[in-house]
Amino acid sequence: MSALVTAVASETETLFTAPGINYYAIAPILIIFGAAVVSVLVEAFVPRRARRTVQLVLVIGSVLAALGVVIDLRGTRLITGEGALAIDGPTLIMQGTLLIIALLAAFLMAERSIDPLGDAFAPRASALPGSEDEQEFTKRGYLQTEIWPFFLLALTGMLAFPAANDLLMMFVALEVMSLPLYLLAGMARRRRLLSQEAALKYFVLGAFSSAFFLYGAAMLYGFSGSVSLVAIADTLTAKPSEASLVVIGMALLLVGLLFKVAAVPFHQWTPDVYQGAPTPITGFMAATVKIAAFGALLRVLYVGLGGMRWDWEPMLWIIAILTMLVGSIIAITQTDIKRMLAYSSIAQAGFILIGVLAVSPAGLASALFYLIAYAFTTIGAFAVISMVRDASGEATHLSKWAGLSKKSPLVAAIFSLFMLALAGIPLTSGFVGKFGVFTAAIASGATWLVIVGVIASIIAAFFYVRVIVIMYFSDPTPDTASVVVPSAFTTIALAAAATVTIVLGIVPQPVIELVNQAGVFIR
Amino acid sequence: MTTFPWLTTLMVVPLVGSIVVALLPKARTLLAKQIALVVSVATLVLTVLMALQFVGDSVEPFQFVESHPWIPAFGISYSVGVDGIGLVLVALAATLVPIVVLAGWNDVDDSRGSVKGYFALILVLETLMIGVFSATDVFLFYVFFEVMLIPVYFMIGRYGGPQRSYAAVKFLLYSLVGGLFMLASLIGLYVVSAQMTGTGTFDFLTLAGLDIDEGVQKMLFLGFFFAFAVKAPLWPFHTWLPDAAAESKAGTSVLLLGVLDKVGTFGMIRYCLPIFPAASNFYAPVVIGMALIGIFYGAFVALSQNDMKRLFAYSSMSHFGFITLGIFVFTSVGQSGSVVYMVAHGLSTAALFLTAGFLMSRYHGSSQISDYAGVNKTAPVLAGFFMIAALSSLALPGMISFVGEFLVLLGAFERYMWVGALATLGIVITAAYVLRLYQRSMTGPLKPELEGMPDLGGREITALVPIAALTIVLGLFPAPLLNVINPAVDRVMTSIGATDPAPTLTGAALEQPNLPAEGTEQ
Repeated sequence: MSALVTAVASETETLFTAPGINYYAIAPILIIFGAAVVSVLVEAFVPRRARRTVQLVLVIGSVLAALGVVIDLRGTRLITGEGALAIDGPTLIMQGTLLIIALLAAFLMAERSIDPLGDAFAPRASALPGSEDEQEFTKRGYLQTEIWPFFLLALTGMLAFPAANDLLMMFVALEVMSLPLYLLAGMARRRRLLSQEAALKYFVLGAFSSAFFLYGAAMLYGFSGSVSLVAIADTLTAKPSEASLVVIGMALLLVGLLFKVAAVPFHQWTPDVYQGAPTPITGFMAATVKIAAFGALLRVLYVGLGGMRWDWEPMLWIIAILTMLVGSIIAITQTDIKRMLAYSSIAQAGFILIGVLAVSPAGLASALFYLIAYAFTTIGAFAVISMVRDASGEATHLSKWAGLSKKSPLVAAIFSLFMLALAGIPLTSGFVGKFGVFTAAIASGATWLVIVGVIASIIAAFFYVRVIVIMYFSDPTPDTASVVVPSAFTTIALAAAATVTIVLGIVPQPVIELVNQAGVFIR
Repeated sequence: MTTFPWLTTLMVVPLVGSIVVALLPKARTLLAKQIALVVSVATLVLTVLMALQFVGDSVEPFQFVESHPWIPAFGISYSVGVDGIGLVLVALAATLVPIVVLAGWNDVDDSRGSVKGYFALILVLETLMIGVFSATDVFLFYVFFEVMLIPVYFMIGRYGGPQRSYAAVKFLLYSLVGGLFMLASLIGLYVVSAQMTGTGTFDFLTLAGLDIDEGVQKMLFLGFFFAFAVKAPLWPFHTWLPDAAAESKAGTSVLLLGVLDKVGTFGMIRYCLPIFPAASNFYAPVVIGMALIGIFYGAFVALSQNDMKRLFAYSSMSHFGFITLGIFVFTSVGQSGSVVYMVAHGLSTAALFLTAGFLMSRYHGSSQISDYAGVNKTAPVLAGFFMIAALSSLALPGMISFVGEFLVLLGAFERYMWVGALATLGIVITAAYVLRLYQRSMTGPLKPELEGMPDLGGREITALVPIAALTIVLGLFPAPLLNVINPAVDRVMTSIGATDPAPTLTGAALEQPNLPAEGTEQ
């Protein structure tokens, strides 16, 4: 480790003439990180009664402030922090999207009107499930406000992940992002054992994949003598013949990243974690981790390993094809809506990989657009899931959604909209996204990949449409869940997600322009 | 030419109507129906006003053109305009919607799905149908083509018969499969246009003007043609149609078979031929083969049906065979005939489904032919309309379908004598199953259970009279229709570089003064 640090130090002396940190350029990360620190202090010093309010004000305020800075930074293209962070068009777009999605997720997490017992989180995560302690805490109406520091820390990691321009920074961001998420996944108020199991699985597998990432980074360091993506790229050009170490390092590194984007065969954690985690957290991480991880993946492939394109392209082709097909096919067999959306998110990762594999500016832009479209639709879908309940909590079994349209036509219509968007029906954001990645890929000659994508889309359409069939064409049964009317928090989040899904489908031009102008990664 | 945005208005009016209907309180079902009727009639009036301004022999390929950039990043624009082919199909859609609204007045009740929902969906569908026939941007066409599935899916799935869910999903998945392959081809086309012109475009006229490499054409053609063949549907992609038709309400079936399926054949003549001329020539024998099989397969299966709606579905499949045949023999007579046939089939299908629907609503909704006999004793008006519908379906001279069928066969004879001869045999089977249907259900001794069956009421007659009138008037005097269609067909013929074969059948052609001008005659 110390060798790595020295390497970074020695490398920066030779590569960068103007050392120093542009604090404003990384202000979004710093604001959220600072808020996270304050948030921890709030937990320690503010009286319990006031904590939730203070935390909420802090979270919403800091996210909005960071968003403001991101907007103000538009057009910025620079590398700062001694080469560790690249603030360029793609970074800023991803950071902006992450912050907006985080805001919506924070609204979902703050919701208290849906569950009669409180919010979606265990009153004390440390209490044994089903124990007297737990009942006592529930009775007293405790709320777990520690979710907010975790949330802000995870967001810090996410903001830094796509900006990371060297592998060490990337690893740190990866861990800062992941560790709080492991904890958050285990904090569900209902079905706590399932939730804790999910957290443990996520942690063990996540740690495992982080190790892969780190090992890969070490290999690449061994090859180039640097962890900087630019230096690795330069070394590849300088001595392309010694690439075998790079191939191994690259493979290990990609395992770590593909784990985070939930690509097959590194997807096994996804269904369990999506199912077990509290629904607001599922929505949050389904949308944001995908963005952050694809951001990092794109930067590694396009900036650092661009010279190895002919080595990683065939590998990623196979992974993309597997991801699309396995995700779509297994989703058909699911009976739990959260698990189904988990497999759907796997399939969607495959579609985004098509954009990645275009290996062109158009591919980058289309992948960015797809990520934005996917994130809003996904968080909206999980918002709906959090509202569909029966006496035991959320009714995630699909049979309980039978005839939901009769009980709540509006919610059924909105959920249908999200399903159609994920299926890629025209006039929704999902279609424009799919159209973009397919176009970029065909323009780059990856026609066969697109044909597989088309076939996977057809398979995927089946299970998205099946939910609509269940909601609309089945008659309600006594088991049919009912829709709880939420407070303004969830309503706003849901309305925003639905609006973006439609607007990006009908007038996508402004956002397409935005991602096109974002240009390529800075080197 | 006026600059009034006719086509956009035609799309906006039903759309606004549908939103109004959807927002009504659930209990105001009567008001919902009334609004739907008024809006659809208003759309029809607007369509007629527009059609009156259509210049038959204009040099412009499209009229009532509007174009606004939509997604410039992908060269996509909101461009609409109609040629003669598009105009008659827009008019067909605009004519059938008010009829369906009127005929389906009491078809749905609140027991399943809401009444206002059904009528709101019909109006949305009208917007999309008009859009799909008037789009001149291929991407826009695709959007209408796909989005159209959603309202129909709900119309079948929420308001249909016992197997409605199965039928709706089957319909949707079949169509999506076709649509997504078309999407792949569409993107391919865009990329090709970007390579050839520098900037990618979806503008139909630009794309039709490109001289695309023949190998590429053959690939891209398949995606488009597959989507259209599923939609039309051609043998062997037809299996969704009988289920969808059998499980739908009569009104849904009318719009599905009468108008929506025309999108498939319309797509072939509008997009496949002009954009992929070489590929069209290459695949023509295969397509003609599929069409011939469809004609006979549909007819034979129809012969053995005991379910009226399924019978109509298979009979339609047989008719689609004729339409496709007319398009792919590459003669102007055949193609004009195909377009007339599309209109004729829309009208005859509407008449058949609606009369059958009225009949079924009088006897537990049964669609089994064996449940009926001697209906003409107790409900002569119904039987009379059923007769007209049946005769229109078997293309009796004097009906519009005769004009279409005759021209198609003439066109086929001009190009391939044996194909024309073979196809003509299909008419015989058509006559057999149609007349048998009429004989079994309407004539003979009255079934005791049907005693006292009421005849058609005023609303039902009002719905059927316009169809019957159009069928006969246009059958006797098809000139207005052909005058509009012929220039458009000639343009298609020019774009594929096809010329009519030397006229050896001039004698026969002379008997029909309204035949298309044989522009390429020596």
